[in-house]
Amino acid sequence: MKYNSENWLLKVEGLTKIYGNPTQTSIDKTGPLFDSNICPDSGSIVACAQIDFELYPGEVLGIVGESGSGKSTIVKMLYFDMEASGGKVLFNRDPYIGKNILNLSNQSKRAIRNHLMGMVYQNPRDGLNFRFTSGGNIAEKLIMAGNYNVGTIRDKSKQLLEKTEVPVPRLDDLPAHFSGGMQQRVQISKAIANHPPLLFLDEVTTGLDVSVQAKVLDLIRELQQELGVAMIVVSHDLSVIRMLTDRTLVMKNGRIVEKGLTDQILQDPQHPYTQLLVSSIL
Amino acid sequence: MQPILEIVNLNKSFTMHILQGKIIEALVDVNFSVAEGEIIGLTGKSGSGKSSLMKCIYRTYLSEGGKILFQSNEGTIDIAAAGDNEILHLRKTEINYCSQFLSVIPRVSALQVVAQPLLKKGVTADLANEKAMQTLKALGLQETLWSGFPVTFSGGEQQRINVARAIIDPPKLLLIDEPTASLDPKTKEVVIEMLLALKKLGSTIVCISHDEFTLDHLVNRRIHLDKGIIIN
Repeated sequence: MKYNSENWLLKVEGLTKIYGNPTQTSIDKTGPLFDSNICPDSGSIVACAQIDFELYPGEVLGIVGESGSGKSTIVKMLYFDMEASGGKVLFNRDPYIGKNILNLSNQSKRAIRNHLMGMVYQNPRDGLNFRFTSGGNIAEKLIMAGNYNVGTIRDKSKQLLEKTEVPVPRLDDLPAHFSGGMQQRVQISKAIANHPPLLFLDEVTTGLDVSVQAKVLDLIRELQQELGVAMIVVSHDLSVIRMLTDRTLVMKNGRIVEKGLTDQILQDPQHPYTQLLVSSIL
Repeated sequence: MQPILEIVNLNKSFTMHILQGKIIEALVDVNFSVAEGEIIGLTGKSGSGKSSLMKCIYRTYLSEGGKILFQSNEGTIDIAAAGDNEILHLRKTEINYCSQFLSVIPRVSALQVVAQPLLKKGVTADLANEKAMQTLKALGLQETLWSGFPVTFSGGEQQRINVARAIIDPPKLLLIDEPTASLDPKTKEVVIEMLLALKKLGSTIVCISHDEFTLDHLVNRRIHLDKGIIIN
């Protein structure tokens, strides 16, 4: 396999999210240099701006930064959970090649979500419907991706639960009756049900106890290897970033302050904020 | 013969923003080249810049000024200036780094850790496990430990896992940091033999070591560093 730098899966250019009524200079007057993302003139909040990066097929990209640095905002815009204020996102898959997917119709956005993307949220309540059984939740995703045969759906759901080590007999139980780690694993099953080439993971291990955390991390790593899916992993936990990702973006006040190979970011950080972050690891 | 690795005027310093921008010079004008199939020993006191040099070659450290020219299968690549994804591709296919300390995902068995590089390349699980078992056996790691988790292992056992992982899929260039530091004399000899076997398969090795026995029996040539400067 030859290396080709034009072979990216996702290309993000100038992605921006601003709340409120920004002025022409809102972006220039916020960011790490001002240590703030609130525009001093208009009071609008620049959640993130000037976000540029590429994601390659099968690659795991980390986004790290403190609370409020804009890392989840990026992922939510890419998954269409949140509308972007500006910027361009290119997705190198037919029939979307060359189009800014942010400007597509709602129908096309849904099609991308259902067929080409998966998302695992920090809070299982955001990713799972708690009125459905765990099997029902996985079925929901499978139906949206175009599977209508009940028998096949049940078989596939069982396989997915098996793969994520959720006891299969609990297929017809409500997620509310599951432990936090199990809920997270059902969420992962649901997210990968349609074999997406791109998976978003937003603080997936935050709030789990360490032994469950290790299990979820191992599961993610295994799935990544087995399915070759590209991932964007958002976390404020540098050990999660170290274990899962190849490359990392460091965010502060809504901007990317540093990007590089994960081991370089952790061992030879260049930006003052990254140095502070890395020296704070327990 | 054309060198496989050529380092030209390499400099590396660390700017510590937390300490009011204090600068630490790690490498000063480093020049040397390595021929294909050679085993180079990097020597010098602690803090002399051996690991920094190695990490610059693996691009864990960003060097400033200078070139790190590597003859890859796809032509000459300047590691100091290449893009991140190009480096990731090189790491996957041609360059391996084996650190002094083991760093793994918790709760992954020793066997799986060692089989990992092969699995990543798409080798079947059965074949990868088979090869991993052979390697661990050769390194004398007792079988009862294979399904154990490396975090709970002793220093010498961890080191052997680390070495096994680095050599299971022979790389074109292997960077290896203190491969024999916490091993008994017998295991030390086994590791040296395995590295020599790797050389026979065509690998080029850059090795950091303080151990005279290892240096005597393993390396073709030594490069001695003092305060970030090569002294020969």
